[in-house]
Amino acid sequence: MAKELLKGNEAIAEAAIRSGLEAYFGYPITPQTELLEWLSKRMPELGRTFMQAESELAAINMVYGAACTGARVMTSSSSPGISLMMEGISYIAGTEVPVVLVDVMRAGPGLGNIAPAQSDYNQIVHGGGHGDFRPIVLAPASVQESIDLTVEAFELADRYRAIVVVLIDGSIGQMMEPAELPPMRHIDRQRPTWAVTGAKDRDRRILSSIYIDPENEEETNLRILERWKEIEANEMRYKEYYLEDAELVVVGFGTAGRVALSAVRAARAEGIPVGLLRPITVSPFPYARIKELSNLACGMLVVEMNTGQMLLDVQAAVGGKIPVEFYGRMGGVVPLPDEIHEEISRLCYEPVAPSADPRESWMDRMDLAKN
Amino acid sequence: MGLNPQVETVYKRPTTFTPATTHYCPGCTHGVAHRLVAEVLEEMNLQEKTIGVASVGCSVFAYNYFDCDFVEAAHGRAPAMATGIKRVLPDRIVFTYQGDGDLASIGMAEIVHSAARGENITAIFINNANYGMTGGQMAPTTLPGQKTTSSPMGRDIENNGFPIRTAEMLATLDGAGYIVRRSLHDPTNIRKAKKAIRLAFETQERGLGFSMVELLSTCPTNWGMNPIQSLQWIEEHMIPYFPLEDFKVSPILSQVRI
Amino acid sequence: MQTEIVIAGFGGQGVLFAGQVLAYAAMDSGKEVTWIPSYGPEMRGGTANCTVIVADEEIGSPLVRHPQAVIAMNLPSLDKYEPLVAKEGTLIINSSLIERSLQREDLKSVLIPANEIAESLGDKRLTNIVMVGALLTAVPVLPLEAIEQALEDHLPERHKKLLPLNFQALRAGADLVHKEQIGQQS
Repeated sequence: MAKELLKGNEAIAEAAIRSGLEAYFGYPITPQTELLEWLSKRMPELGRTFMQAESELAAINMVYGAACTGARVMTSSSSPGISLMMEGISYIAGTEVPVVLVDVMRAGPGLGNIAPAQSDYNQIVHGGGHGDFRPIVLAPASVQESIDLTVEAFELADRYRAIVVVLIDGSIGQMMEPAELPPMRHIDRQRPTWAVTGAKDRDRRILSSIYIDPENEEETNLRILERWKEIEANEMRYKEYYLEDAELVVVGFGTAGRVALSAVRAARAEGIPVGLLRPITVSPFPYARIKELSNLACGMLVVEMNTGQMLLDVQAAVGGKIPVEFYGRMGGVVPLPDEIHEEISRLCYEPVAPSADPRESWMDRMDLAKN
Repeated sequence: MGLNPQVETVYKRPTTFTPATTHYCPGCTHGVAHRLVAEVLEEMNLQEKTIGVASVGCSVFAYNYFDCDFVEAAHGRAPAMATGIKRVLPDRIVFTYQGDGDLASIGMAEIVHSAARGENITAIFINNANYGMTGGQMAPTTLPGQKTTSSPMGRDIENNGFPIRTAEMLATLDGAGYIVRRSLHDPTNIRKAKKAIRLAFETQERGLGFSMVELLSTCPTNWGMNPIQSLQWIEEHMIPYFPLEDFKVSPILSQVRI
Repeated sequence: MQTEIVIAGFGGQGVLFAGQVLAYAAMDSGKEVTWIPSYGPEMRGGTANCTVIVADEEIGSPLVRHPQAVIAMNLPSLDKYEPLVAKEGTLIINSSLIERSLQREDLKSVLIPANEIAESLGDKRLTNIVMVGALLTAVPVLPLEAIEQALEDHLPERHKKLLPLNFQALRAGADLVHKEQIGQQS
């Protein structure tokens, strides 16, 4: 199939359709709305379910119900709407049904604004509602990767009966790039053996997240954890750039990662031995690879569009072995390559000691930059 | 096949019930409501195509008692979950079973919008004027002056406002096909309630839109009464506030003979 | 090799579409390309802009601080981007709406009375395409034929009858720059 110029939000919507999306339930919110609008036109055309719910709370619970029938289902939203969905996400995880969720992040807290940010890393990767579970979180950095990972998200959701989040920020949602869509996949109407479809010629089935006996709940928590260990072992994804001989490693996901790529190239052109690790699964997080890199490099720079949320995971992986520095822009401000280039140069020419909290020196530098 | 072939079976456990014994308190009418739903599912031969949606409250374990596929929703979200199921499987029968805290408080948005959309689902709504499962707190249906554990001096309308007449409110929505209120306080009313539940499921089978039967129900434990007193309390206190009426009946239902 | 272009102006001047036409043309020419609109906080005052990056390899950042070329469709856009254009970069200025002269001396600038040209062609909606013609002549990152093809393929169906006019607009913008270049050489 030939490449087309596609907008991130629309590309994800169409990729979901071609992955066999049977039902979508959502609620408008910027900068995600094009995704919902695309589906509002395409899904009925194909005789599939599109519904604009009365709230994100309703949308995620509609998705929950539809997922219980074994259909491929999806919802999408942006940060404040995702906050409202936390309840349903937890129930879905507790019931162990597959759901794909797209979060087109914007700035917060509160209403914040509609500009791009990576402010939901904690709420998605370390949060996802109450209780003990972890969602699979895929963080594409381009329109093509958004398409490929949406397709992948449905496969992973089905394989592990888990929630898979496609985590992008508003700029990827709004950006257009040439990309190739997958072929249309035939919808599999064969329902899985756990699905609730009406007890015809079989015993009845119950899908629930309730385990009133603590021992059963503990067993469930362990089952979910064991499945997670399997996910960690099999589904880790990241992309590496110029790491073969890198003495300095930049770590960034999504948009921050691709902005860092420009900075890394510019620094390489000056002869600085710097490389980039761009986690694609931010959950499971590539702790092991980062640990390996910390044995080879002499410093790391974490770049995010927040105040240092993934930073803590990188620090946990590095374990204090080498200095980890941080650079973030937030509130809807997207970092530009020259800012990260400057950070790379600074780290290269003014080596720093490992500090307890790299955010403190970053905050000082942010103050300096302002004055 | 009994001992005496002359003896006719007039009362038996519906096949749509599981063998489980319910956990409801003595004198609570949840069991009656369950039985009526089970009888209707049996009579309409719906067992194999029905998916129930249990809610949060005393009826949280409803899925243990009905012998059909079931899911368990988050508090108040049963109509949303039912919507998700029904939209993917439109030829199945989907019903929610919700209490008054679940349906008329935390889940008010979900029930209103399901009704407004004309969602082809059936809601069985138990109104017992308090939050039963958590020990008898004030609900949106608690009567003015009624004492509960969170309104120990009696519901003060100055402070807490007024009870919500949910059926009347939903009946204003064009998407609603069948909205009635019935009571479970005596055999006559129980028979009327069953007929209403039957019509609600008939509404769904015929694709006539959203259907809901509100059932005035007892909560002797939390009301601090014995079962008989609580049945009388429905009649004396609840019915005057929550009249037993047909608020919306799709004209097509008048052709249904049951 | 990477070229960054910003197109900025009032909403309604066809700024976003002009960028998309560039992006389609780049894609069809086998280049890597990104198109990203402003939709966030910088949209104040009804101005719109988009950044188009055309490159030979995987594009990193879709935004840059110092674009190599800027099309300024109105004065606020010139005020915003004149200080930001890369050193010795190019500014294509809509002189129909911008009267002031440039403060920087290192820039290559082209003054295009785009509104007048568009109106003389009979449709002021052609302003953006006049500017694209001028841009690609001053910064030849893509051939004009690629733009023509992109217009043919991607102009909304209801505007298809305007295709010949769009071609004229593109060439009119290009011709002005050609003339200026010849003038400078002689």
